[in-house]
Amino acid sequence: MSTAAVAAHGAHAEHHELGFIRTYIFSTDHKMIGRQFLFMALFMMAIGGLMAMLMRWELAFPETAVPGFHWVPEPFMYDGAIPPNTYNAMFTMHATIMIFFVVMPILVGCFGNFLIPLMIGARDMAFPKLNMLSFWVGAVAGVIMLSSFFVTGGPAAAGWTSYAPLSAVPLYTGVDWGQDLWCISLIVLGASSLMGSINYITTIINMRTKGMYFFRLPLVIWSLFITAILLLLALPVLTTALALLLFDRMGGTHFFLPAGGGEPLLWQHLFWFFGHPEVYIMILPGMGIASELIATFSRKPIFGYRAMAYAMVAIAFLSWIVWGHHMFQSGMDPALGSSFMITTMIIGVPSAIKTFNWLGTLYKGNIHYTAAMLNGLSFVAMFVIGGLSGVWMACTPVDMYIHDTYFIVAHIHYVLFGGSLFAVFGGITYWYPKMFGRMMNETLGKIHFWITFVAFNCTFFPMHILGMAGHMRRIYNPQQYDFLKPIIPINEFISISAFILGAAQFIFLANLIYSAFKGAKATDNPWHANTLDWTTPSPPPHGNWPGPVPVVYRGPYEYSSPEVAEDYLPQSQLLEHTTAAAD
Amino acid sequence: MLEHMYFPHDISTFGPQIDWLFELIFWIVMVVWIAVMVAMVIFMIRYRARPGRKAEYIEGNTRLEIVWTTATAVILVVLAFMSRSTWADIKEHGPPGDVFYQVTAKQFNWEITYPGPDGKFGTKDDVTVENEMHVPVNKVVRIDLTSKDVIHSFFVPNMRLKQDAVPGRIIHVWFEAKETGQYPIPCAELCGFGHSGMLGNLTVQSQEDFDKWVKDQYSQSK
Repeated sequence: MSTAAVAAHGAHAEHHELGFIRTYIFSTDHKMIGRQFLFMALFMMAIGGLMAMLMRWELAFPETAVPGFHWVPEPFMYDGAIPPNTYNAMFTMHATIMIFFVVMPILVGCFGNFLIPLMIGARDMAFPKLNMLSFWVGAVAGVIMLSSFFVTGGPAAAGWTSYAPLSAVPLYTGVDWGQDLWCISLIVLGASSLMGSINYITTIINMRTKGMYFFRLPLVIWSLFITAILLLLALPVLTTALALLLFDRMGGTHFFLPAGGGEPLLWQHLFWFFGHPEVYIMILPGMGIASELIATFSRKPIFGYRAMAYAMVAIAFLSWIVWGHHMFQSGMDPALGSSFMITTMIIGVPSAIKTFNWLGTLYKGNIHYTAAMLNGLSFVAMFVIGGLSGVWMACTPVDMYIHDTYFIVAHIHYVLFGGSLFAVFGGITYWYPKMFGRMMNETLGKIHFWITFVAFNCTFFPMHILGMAGHMRRIYNPQQYDFLKPIIPINEFISISAFILGAAQFIFLANLIYSAFKGAKATDNPWHANTLDWTTPSPPPHGNWPGPVPVVYRGPYEYSSPEVAEDYLPQSQLLEHTTAAAD
Repeated sequence: MLEHMYFPHDISTFGPQIDWLFELIFWIVMVVWIAVMVAMVIFMIRYRARPGRKAEYIEGNTRLEIVWTTATAVILVVLAFMSRSTWADIKEHGPPGDVFYQVTAKQFNWEITYPGPDGKFGTKDDVTVENEMHVPVNKVVRIDLTSKDVIHSFFVPNMRLKQDAVPGRIIHVWFEAKETGQYPIPCAELCGFGHSGMLGNLTVQSQEDFDKWVKDQYSQSK
């Protein structure tokens, strides 16, 4: 490579100084947009987490004043005590914020944006301006959602699933503008996600570097590609349903109201037709991240690379035909329930394939227990529990008993916190040096991991037992029921564990801030990983590579290859006898 | 086993089938979970990094992929077909009814309507009470379930029975209680600010006590 060629590439990447606003606020650089999504999601996570803490206080010590919350005005709280309507608003907003403004923005917005161009060998996204717009539209959606806390009647209180008619008539919940803003915010957010997904799909299809065939893509890119397709197809359904709900609320229509010939179950069908692919949108990128972590830190090729990719494709297809399992007890024809039971059982198969392949990757590896790896392994262990508890729910007769109980709450948190969030912690720790140019503190990372791991299990595992005792979801005061009195101690234990779990997240936050200033300077490839993101300085310059974009000669998981003495072999490293294979 | 896991005492005829499936899945899940966890922990300890060692270069094993894919698929599909008949018995058909009720959910009560001596609904002798449901033991009870406002869910933990009550629809529910006693009927679907505490009371009585209770209702309503 001559100096002239390097200079030409530098010019091509437009590496000139941009002002503060173009660099940090209205940036078109995918790396900056990824970080913006990360910070927005971390901010929202604090709000969603606070809601969870307040709910856990209410469930363990019902109708008593929450310490330190005497200042909240009526009618939201009465001298610190939470009234039922506020409680309903809290679990509604907790789930809405965590799903739409935390897990999706981090997994899809942050990792999708940051990783796709770096890992496929592109200088930026296909549509950088659309990418910027996607973030800012998402931020507007966030502001609309948060503004609903300040309107008369408070925020939405019909559950994150917003089942009509409860959500369709203001009188039924006493919430007026809160629910409207909820709908509007999610419609706006849907537009943001659509822009992102079109960008991801186009970039991955068109902008892979030379030699980066589909079956040389890292699994995290496979997962983000499939997720983007699911987003593109699922979100318009939600947007449609939300628009109909808004018409019912504000325009006097009766799409979901039986009084005017409408059908309440129509909402559920539309919502879950979006909602089930949505569940996989939130777990597939986690699976991708876990695959990167486990292969890199086991120093072994991922076991069954193609099986892993095909399993994700299978999950994506099946995710469209399982939505009815949310509706077994809804009054939907029970014969249809049986069909959905079979498809739901079958979607367990690709999930099992993935688990067994992660185990296969550990087998005969040389496993390094970094903080990132601990979180990755924890993803697998927790996902197994979340997946296995799903078998009870898929079985329609058993679901009749455990439906709408804490068994379901345990299940979703094992998948979404035990699964997705552990992958997020692992992923942030792993890519932090590439994002910010410094290493995260390992000791703090491990302390955070162990407290989170133990407190998470103490919080959510006993919820299975609550569900088996018949404890319904979304009830404000379990002590109103005699049959739930024996499990009051379990509820108290869960709440104390949840407070520890919440407090432990400050360790992560502290590590994030501390390491940005005081962390050890990161080298280009601190983990000795193979993928292209590690072939450029940490953090990468505008345009991603100071020189030409690397060319790819092999798959992403050539760890401990017999061809070289080291235990890794980067995708872009040219070996004498592989020259021909690149073309 | 299930009593030790806080399950409410079962009094319905179909409850034992549901509990049996729950236990069957429990054992399948336990075997799989323990196998996966033991393998994972053994690998994690045995193959921890040691200086100077290199991992073995293994890319996969097609035979293993086929084995675990087939095994998982067979177990899950068999389980689905085993559950299918129980589900059909409970929700699709079921025995002919001995006693009939209309249950109408509303924010935040259960309205229970008895057809009266003529056995017909919609006549003058119907009696509607709130939240108090009395049924005779060992008789098939059939309910026409609906709602006046939002979706509620008719939940009897001691019967493992749950069915959403949907406005604009009448859904048929049946059960047969095997033991007398008092049992809760909480609402299991979020229905508004009074959802928590929406609670009915099911009294299962001997036929004589039930007849007496019915008589009392009519003398009161006169």
